[in-house]
Amino acid sequence: MIDRHIGFVHALRETGLPVSLAEGLDAAHALRHIDLADRRTLREAYAATLVKRPQHREGFDVLFDLWFPSTTQGPPKHRDDDPEDLRSELAELLRGDPAAPEFSAFAQAMVERFGRVQAGPGRQSWFSYPVIRALSPQTLIAGLLGERGGLPEKLARRRVTTNIAAFEAEVAADVRRRIAEEQGRERITRSAVRPPIDRRDFLRVTKAELAEMRREIHPLARRLATRLSMKHKKGDRGRLDFRRTVRASLQSGGVPLITHLKPRRPHKPELVVLTDASDSVAGFAQFTLLLTFALREQFTKVRAFAFVDTVDEITKYFAPGADVLDAITRMTTEADISRFGRTDYGHVLKTFEERHASVLTPKTSLLILGDARSNYQPPNTETLKRLTEKVRHAYWLNPEPRNQWDTGDSVASGYAAVIPMHECRNVHQLAAFIEDVV
Amino acid sequence: MTWFASPSEAVTRLRQTGYLSDDAIATSVFLAGVLQKPLLAEGPAGVGKTQLAKAIAEATGSDLVRLQCYEGLDEARALYEWNYKKQLLRIQADDDAWDDIFAEEFLLERPLLKAIRSDRPTVLLIDETDKADVEVEGLLLEILSDFQVTIPELGTITAARRPFVVLTSNATRELSEALKRRCLYLHLDYPTPERERDIVLAQVPGIAETVAEQLARTAATLRALELKKSPSIAETVDWAHTLLALGREVLDERTVAETLGVVLKHHSDQQRAAKELGLR
Repeated sequence: MIDRHIGFVHALRETGLPVSLAEGLDAAHALRHIDLADRRTLREAYAATLVKRPQHREGFDVLFDLWFPSTTQGPPKHRDDDPEDLRSELAELLRGDPAAPEFSAFAQAMVERFGRVQAGPGRQSWFSYPVIRALSPQTLIAGLLGERGGLPEKLARRRVTTNIAAFEAEVAADVRRRIAEEQGRERITRSAVRPPIDRRDFLRVTKAELAEMRREIHPLARRLATRLSMKHKKGDRGRLDFRRTVRASLQSGGVPLITHLKPRRPHKPELVVLTDASDSVAGFAQFTLLLTFALREQFTKVRAFAFVDTVDEITKYFAPGADVLDAITRMTTEADISRFGRTDYGHVLKTFEERHASVLTPKTSLLILGDARSNYQPPNTETLKRLTEKVRHAYWLNPEPRNQWDTGDSVASGYAAVIPMHECRNVHQLAAFIEDVV
Repeated sequence: MTWFASPSEAVTRLRQTGYLSDDAIATSVFLAGVLQKPLLAEGPAGVGKTQLAKAIAEATGSDLVRLQCYEGLDEARALYEWNYKKQLLRIQADDDAWDDIFAEEFLLERPLLKAIRSDRPTVLLIDETDKADVEVEGLLLEILSDFQVTIPELGTITAARRPFVVLTSNATRELSEALKRRCLYLHLDYPTPERERDIVLAQVPGIAETVAEQLARTAATLRALELKKSPSIAETVDWAHTLLALGREVLDERTVAETLGVVLKHHSDQQRAAKELGLR
């Protein structure tokens, strides 16, 4: 047990979960008090002592399943039934509770039946794709919905899709378990665990992940706003607050022992955001724009401009209370941001200077979001230089990893010479940037 | 003392107070008891974090001492303060009293000190820890790891009986690593529809099981939309009360449209929900 415990803690650290020595010891202490045969309690005991951030829970669960695989069910029954029968059995399960033991037993039996694939001569491996293809749960949805139209259908659809996701997760977990059994746990540890959501690359996220990130926006904005306002409060204090000092002196018999100072008025910058809305950086731009608008209480004024090869103001689409997804759709259809649909930074900067230069004042901070890939058009660095000289601060956030700057049609370092350019690949880096800079 | 004998006993005893737990809650509550470590419960507003502490106190028959955190909370409000008015009066009354004004009778107990000095079993609830300033976390560190407080004039006071400490946080800011390391961590999230149905049934006597089921499913569907503020468990329970008061037997489109304000408190959220659920 000790070896397994230590191996598990090491694997967690290897995948980026910060587990301190003291926390490892806590977990070991906890193990003395619980029934080790009860796998669910064991999992929660480890989670309570080791996982201190909700983003890390997903990776933890994957590793836990590898290190402490369930053995209670015994060898899964061999199933030779006709695939159609299996499909109707699956349909029945999808109607029920995904936490039921039959649910995972069925998933394991299906991996046994369909998941084996010849990976080379004399070698076999396990995959979840053939299992999902053979049963194609998505095509079962229509039959499962029952009542058509309106609220009941929405509710049924939601229930079935969640259960399908649960089924796919069970299949994936069982596939990982089998691979680990045959090839050793260490081999699969690294590849099995995805980085937590705030460390995933903007440019490589899937649609579902983007939705998940968007859901993080309001909590993130709130968190950043609190931290920023705390920073302001803690900074240098300003003039003497006479009233509070006299009030406080009453405690010491009228002698002002403790002086109170008025907090300095927080500096609220005006923000001008210029964002690349072309497809190559769409996910990043969407996310950053939303965050900027969610942070509005930190800025007195936010004005946003979007561009592909020409530039237009998009502030009005993000009015307070507006629905974010609608705003994005309206922005892409209504705003005049694209002529030929190929990004052209040089032309954009020129148009921006001609039409909207008046928004830049010595009180503004200018934020440019984009990958600096200009399709081999002239970069117009001089214009950017003039723009940055007009404003208080100017920053460029680039969603590409630093080592890809200047490759292909990227002119990143050309621009970086006149404006500080930051790598901003994931939510974590973005939050760090806002906190350091604003 | 032992707080709970096993995770399953924690489930039963919490259930008797009307609090429905799951594996994660029961195991971490049990472990916090046996390891004598504070329990940090984090999660969105209205998922029953504060309620958990109250349920633990009720289930174990202990006193509940609550420290509500807010911006600007300091030692004098959290730990102890000298009653300077009384001290001044004593000095004025008796010129030789300079030495005995720092005695027990001039000490004002605040929640943390009260929880530590209590000789009855006590549950100490430190609510909304993330709202307090970072300095307060430093103050908590000594108390939570050694369960002792140092008062310069009186010396160190060690807990006669370690309290069961529950900290809650809405994660408006990340708590410090040092604090998290000393705690057991429990992430409370929105429940599964099955568990939420049971909660509604337990909290709202008289509601039909089918309605509770529909409510729980609708709430889960609403949470899947990208809303500014997802409905909390407390709001689902309010919703159930509303339906009961209106005497509705089924949750159909019309009823949802009429009562949506109970669960969604932003205009844009209501519009979005109406659109996605096809209410209009």
